[in-house]
Amino acid sequence: MKDHLLFIGKNILRMILLLAAVSIAAFALMTISPIDPLQANVGQAALGSMSQEQIAKLEAYWGVGTPPLERFLSWASDFLRGDMGVSLLYRQPVTSVIAVKLANSLWLMATAWVISGLVGFLLGVISGLKQGTWIDRIIKGYSLLIASTPTFWLALVLLMIFAVWLKVLPIGLSVPIGLEASGVTIADRIQHAILPAITLSITGISNITLHTREKMIEIMESDYVLFAKARGESTWSIVKHHGFRNVILPALTLQFASISEIFGGSVLVEQIFSYPGLGQAAVTAGLGSDVPLLLGITMISAVFVFGGNLIANILYGVIDPRIRRGGKRS
Amino acid sequence: MEEKKIILDIHNFSVSFEQYEKGFKKTGLPVIRELDVTIHEGEMVAVVGSSGSGKSLLAHGILGILPYNATLGGEMIYNGEPLTEERKKELRGNEIVLVPQSVAYLDPLMKIGPQIRKGKKDKASREKLSRIFKGYGLKKEVEDLYPFELSGGMNRRVLVSTAMMGNPRLVIADEPTPGLHMDMVRKVMRHFRELADQGAGVLMITHDLEQALEVADRVVVFYAGTTVEDADVKDFQKEETLRHPYSKALWRALPQNGFQFIRGTQPYVKDLPEGCPFGPRCDQCTAECKGKIPSRDVRGGKVRCLHAV
Repeated sequence: MKDHLLFIGKNILRMILLLAAVSIAAFALMTISPIDPLQANVGQAALGSMSQEQIAKLEAYWGVGTPPLERFLSWASDFLRGDMGVSLLYRQPVTSVIAVKLANSLWLMATAWVISGLVGFLLGVISGLKQGTWIDRIIKGYSLLIASTPTFWLALVLLMIFAVWLKVLPIGLSVPIGLEASGVTIADRIQHAILPAITLSITGISNITLHTREKMIEIMESDYVLFAKARGESTWSIVKHHGFRNVILPALTLQFASISEIFGGSVLVEQIFSYPGLGQAAVTAGLGSDVPLLLGITMISAVFVFGGNLIANILYGVIDPRIRRGGKRS
Repeated sequence: MEEKKIILDIHNFSVSFEQYEKGFKKTGLPVIRELDVTIHEGEMVAVVGSSGSGKSLLAHGILGILPYNATLGGEMIYNGEPLTEERKKELRGNEIVLVPQSVAYLDPLMKIGPQIRKGKKDKASREKLSRIFKGYGLKKEVEDLYPFELSGGMNRRVLVSTAMMGNPRLVIADEPTPGLHMDMVRKVMRHFRELADQGAGVLMITHDLEQALEVADRVVVFYAGTTVEDADVKDFQKEETLRHPYSKALWRALPQNGFQFIRGTQPYVKDLPEGCPFGPRCDQCTAECKGKIPSRDVRGGKVRCLHAV
């Protein structure tokens, strides 16, 4: 029990430190960014036709002139009280903006996460078992090719094929254009999520496949598999009893660690497909100097990624008998 | 000793590995060249050789678990019939069993019980395992442990238990006692001796001549991929009763016989001398030793040396 409390306490402390570091870094990057919030959001022409008082009002709104440290501290003290502030661009509380965007993205990311995890695992296992055969070569070749392909390029290619040439899938956004919100069906939403989800999945698969393949090869060359063979176990029996058992642990870690990659990938993919999710909101906030929104998104993302790694750590302890039982004995 | 049935007869056995050298030129790497071993029922034969002489490959060759780029040569007769790859597949784990070096050969994530039963859950396998465990003084709870939870004393008994799950007629023990102290070694050796006394043939592969002398019936001396001598364990009591210069050198290297060493090292497969592999280190070496050295019967043993009398 004491160990568990210590574990929880340690991780909470770690997360606080991480959030502090990430928020400072994100804020610092925003302050040194060359974007002038007024020019970016109001426009040169409009600014020219405004009176001094109007401009001063806008400057106050965007925080121009206030020292960065003061701005950060005021944001941080609000954040500690649970208030993430108001988005300067959306003129809504950051929490509600994030809630809407996250709901859109979560679909996308969860699908991509599950698909890339399952398919990547299966391909990796097959490839590792059939090392050196044509199946392995195809899977490995595909994975290496995809791993070295930029996500945005892949997104553009898929967009061209399925939306422009074949016209079977919508070109962007998360709902049909010109339709009232009440008229949007689930089918519409799914249809709009297919391309971005596929793009995210495809890029995620290669990484998981290659890692699982390496691990599988290592297992099949291990002494315990050699001994299992010497004991007359068939290949299938070896895979069933020893292969899966040993490959599932690293695969799980990888799967939860890949949350960060899915998050990162979604920023690019949502941008290409104009999909109104968290990733796109992050880009908009960054380009528009919407500091509260950007910091809010950064915090949420950091929590997700940290949570993913934490879950992997906990699962490892639950599943791996060497940690689970080994810890009890010592 | 009455004539016992031969279980395994290996004659002129060789293992070579295909390798790609500089570009795509294929070359064969002959790790084992001329190996002869015969094992009778109820007999314990030790194959003794220093590390890197290719001993483990013999075990893997008999079981048919060498890597795909290995080529086997020579004759292997098991129970009167050639031991083909198909037969090896059929027999391994049942009639022909391997006892590995350490628990590293067990799946770290599978409990001992299911692992020894090869995942089988039927009543017969469960009962058989219980009987075996009882025979070795292992508690029922050991079945529920993971390999990392076994104590040093349990390790060996568990490994020997894996062999007993089948109906072993030939037991191959590959370096069964690495890094154990003599007390433990004796205990482990007793398990193998028991198996032999129950009628199985035991092939013990080891680098430790002293251990081999303690339990084996016959010792086959292995040097640089070749068996140089096949002698009764009694022949090792005196240097004079041994036949090959290398066996004699091994004998002199034993602590009780003066710890003497000879110059040189065992040659690497690629730089083997012509003819007798021991030639360059032998003071009886003559011009004829550069030719083919046949295996001869000398005083009830076998030797690959032109000068042995």
